[in-house]
Amino acid sequence: MSTDRTVNSFSWKRVILKGLLLFLIIDLLFSLLMPLSALGKISAYNLILPGRLRLPYGEKPDQAYNFSLFNLDAMFASHELAASDKPDDEFRVFLIGDSSVWGYLLKPENTLTEYINAAKLKVSDGRIVHAYNLGYPTMSLAKDLLILSYAMRYQPDAIIWLLTLESFPVSKQLDSPIVQNNPKDVLELIKQYSLNLNQQHKKFVIPNFLGSTLVGQRRALADIIRLQLYGVMWAATGIDQYYPDSFDPPQENLTNDESFHGLLPPNLVSSDLSIDLLSAGNTMADGVPLIFVNEPIYLSHGENSDIRYNFFYPRWAYDQYRQLFEEFCQINGFQCLDEWDLVSPNEFTNSAIHMSPLGTQKLASQIEDALQSLHKP
Amino acid sequence: MSIFTLIIIILISLCVACLANSQWRRWALLVISILVIYWLQPITPIRHLDFWLPTISVSLVIITWTLTQPKDNPGLISNLKTGVVIAAVILLLGASRYFGAFCCLTPSRPPPLPQILLVIGLVTIFILFAARFSAGNVAWINGFCLLVLGLFIVLKFEPLTELVSSILRSINSQSVKLASASDIRWLGFSFLAFRLLHTLRDRITGRLPVLTLQEYVIYAIFYPAFTAGPIDRVQRFVQNLQQPYKLSFSSAILGGKRILIGIFYKFVLADGLTLFALNSNNAGQVTSIVWLWIILYAFAFRIFFDFSGYTHIAIGTGYLVGIQLPENFDKPYRKRNLTLFWNSWHMTLAAWFRAYFFNPLTRSLRSQYPQLSLPFIIFIGQMSTFILIGLWHGITWNFAIWGAWHGFGLFIHNRWADLVRPKQSGSETQTRLQHLAGIGSIFLTFNYVCLGWVWFALPTPSQSWNTILKLFGMG
Repeated sequence: MSTDRTVNSFSWKRVILKGLLLFLIIDLLFSLLMPLSALGKISAYNLILPGRLRLPYGEKPDQAYNFSLFNLDAMFASHELAASDKPDDEFRVFLIGDSSVWGYLLKPENTLTEYINAAKLKVSDGRIVHAYNLGYPTMSLAKDLLILSYAMRYQPDAIIWLLTLESFPVSKQLDSPIVQNNPKDVLELIKQYSLNLNQQHKKFVIPNFLGSTLVGQRRALADIIRLQLYGVMWAATGIDQYYPDSFDPPQENLTNDESFHGLLPPNLVSSDLSIDLLSAGNTMADGVPLIFVNEPIYLSHGENSDIRYNFFYPRWAYDQYRQLFEEFCQINGFQCLDEWDLVSPNEFTNSAIHMSPLGTQKLASQIEDALQSLHKP
Repeated sequence: MSIFTLIIIILISLCVACLANSQWRRWALLVISILVIYWLQPITPIRHLDFWLPTISVSLVIITWTLTQPKDNPGLISNLKTGVVIAAVILLLGASRYFGAFCCLTPSRPPPLPQILLVIGLVTIFILFAARFSAGNVAWINGFCLLVLGLFIVLKFEPLTELVSSILRSINSQSVKLASASDIRWLGFSFLAFRLLHTLRDRITGRLPVLTLQEYVIYAIFYPAFTAGPIDRVQRFVQNLQQPYKLSFSSAILGGKRILIGIFYKFVLADGLTLFALNSNNAGQVTSIVWLWIILYAFAFRIFFDFSGYTHIAIGTGYLVGIQLPENFDKPYRKRNLTLFWNSWHMTLAAWFRAYFFNPLTRSLRSQYPQLSLPFIIFIGQMSTFILIGLWHGITWNFAIWGAWHGFGLFIHNRWADLVRPKQSGSETQTRLQHLAGIGSIFLTFNYVCLGWVWFALPTPSQSWNTILKLFGMG
């Protein structure tokens, strides 16, 4: 053991003081500069790793090679959308919506967007349709709007917004973790589009000073790094979600409960739903054609199926929602598709909105027709 | 071990370092080492087992000391004092079940005090009996070696571990159906067994110095090295312990630097590489040969950074408290052949097997079977040594094949070196060619080691073989 210099209290003090000072300065700078957004844009994806076909989301990272994080810049930077500038011959279509768009339990090549891309559609001016999957597995229109606000940086030529009633209740809008963890952007959207959402929502994650320091943000920082590292396995395997060996099919026998998020029959009124977010989306699209699609749902034939369509929806609420949806489209002159009963019950996987590859393909062909109708000469 | 745990251990070590009095430092090291092995012991589903396993570790250490020390060991009072302190610490840990909100340092609530008292009493009686009738007795020592090896085999052979789990569950009136090998996770036993066997063997060969109980217990369960080595020799360790110690500025800087390097290796590099290193899940999922090689290389570096990270932390922490633990790694992936690789990878384990297995075995073969050729003796020695090293990680076919892979590689290198050595003397001037050959050798050695990791990383021979075929485009 070296004993060339004995403990020197002065040196100790200097080392400890310098270390502390450096630590404080770095923390303070981090808090002031808030560089997570800028850091999120630096990505190994589309540089040394192929971009992901859908936004990062996952519950079992070690098996899915994917996981959920809240840094939208990092999420978009990992997407194939950020690979390069938009080619001249590309007709760029964005699909936004919930887990059915993202492709829960579907392999990347079996998602809605990949079926649309496989059709190799051309619009009237010869540009080739390239659809991008910007779905994200939580049900909230506010979440869709937040993703759309980021997606608009990537110059879409058309937007397909897939909807289902479960995404509409006002009470659900701010429940999505990605919404709660991006309060600055969401509050900006609320202000800019005068949305009927609570700006003082308690679940907004607004970090205090300590929370905004390097120490407070260490998890968010680690998530950015982890996203890059899981990219290796994504590149090596093409796997981006965990596929269980088996799963339970959608519930066939239902309860006789007629309530829907605290609402009771007979009337569902537009103020119960966040329809204003759809209008905000249209304003945000700024002239880019936007097609709203009411996505297919599982139609149960079991017990109490005369009261409910499925686990999510009592019949009265869903029927009135469809009516409101149609009225909304007609009044505003929006292009809308109502595909609620397009897919047969045996083409659903583990929930009333998650479709099998065949069901997804069926919906894709409807969207393809709608896309081509946009550019008929 | 989490980074939080590590920081606490480092802070405790700094406190120990501040103790100017060497005697107090030794007492502190003793008490902290005992507390740490209870604290870090993983929780087990079998009731109170996470308390009993560290207790058995401590008991085994004291029994080993009793068996290996001469009957006329000086310092009876001091050794008794140590025994009382150890018993008091264990009782205090046990008593923490009555501390309400302050319970407990152990991963789960300790057993009731009467049970602990009973066990301590029984162990004490056994130790007194052993001290009276067996201290220095070779038959007792050999018997105890077999006991330690037996425990080791039970822990490393899953069907046996499961059987023991079933027995313990039935004793505890817990569901036997849920018995699993993972029920019995004994913190640090693999390394502890090496230390115990080393001292037992050295006692037989007369190389073991007279030690106090305090010195021996600190050596055997020294907390920085308890979970992941390195495996020190007691003779060297005790020299450090006996020296007067005062933390110097340079030692603190050196220790701090090693700890920081270790943390970076373990928590940044190794944990990062884990996310895409070869494992049983991803081996079959990879779609191209290039990616398969990449994840294999990721595994190779992950295991290096993980293990060498822990070693850095252990050595750095050792520096803080005045113990210079031996090095365990020395740029192993930059070695020109497998022999050099094994002189720089897990060096203390390789040295242990060389001293206590390979050398005695080859010596015995040469003296008892003089008709055997030297290459054959080397082959037997290297294959058996490395198969045992493989089995030390777990008694499975894959670990055995991994060991055989290295044993065979070492034998081939040994023969090759013998063949080319006479020719090399004439080519000393061809430096550029030698340099290129050196790079080629490093490349070959590294890839041979990496292919060996396939056996290590995957659970079954068939999956490993298929993966190796796939790596060469034949899968």
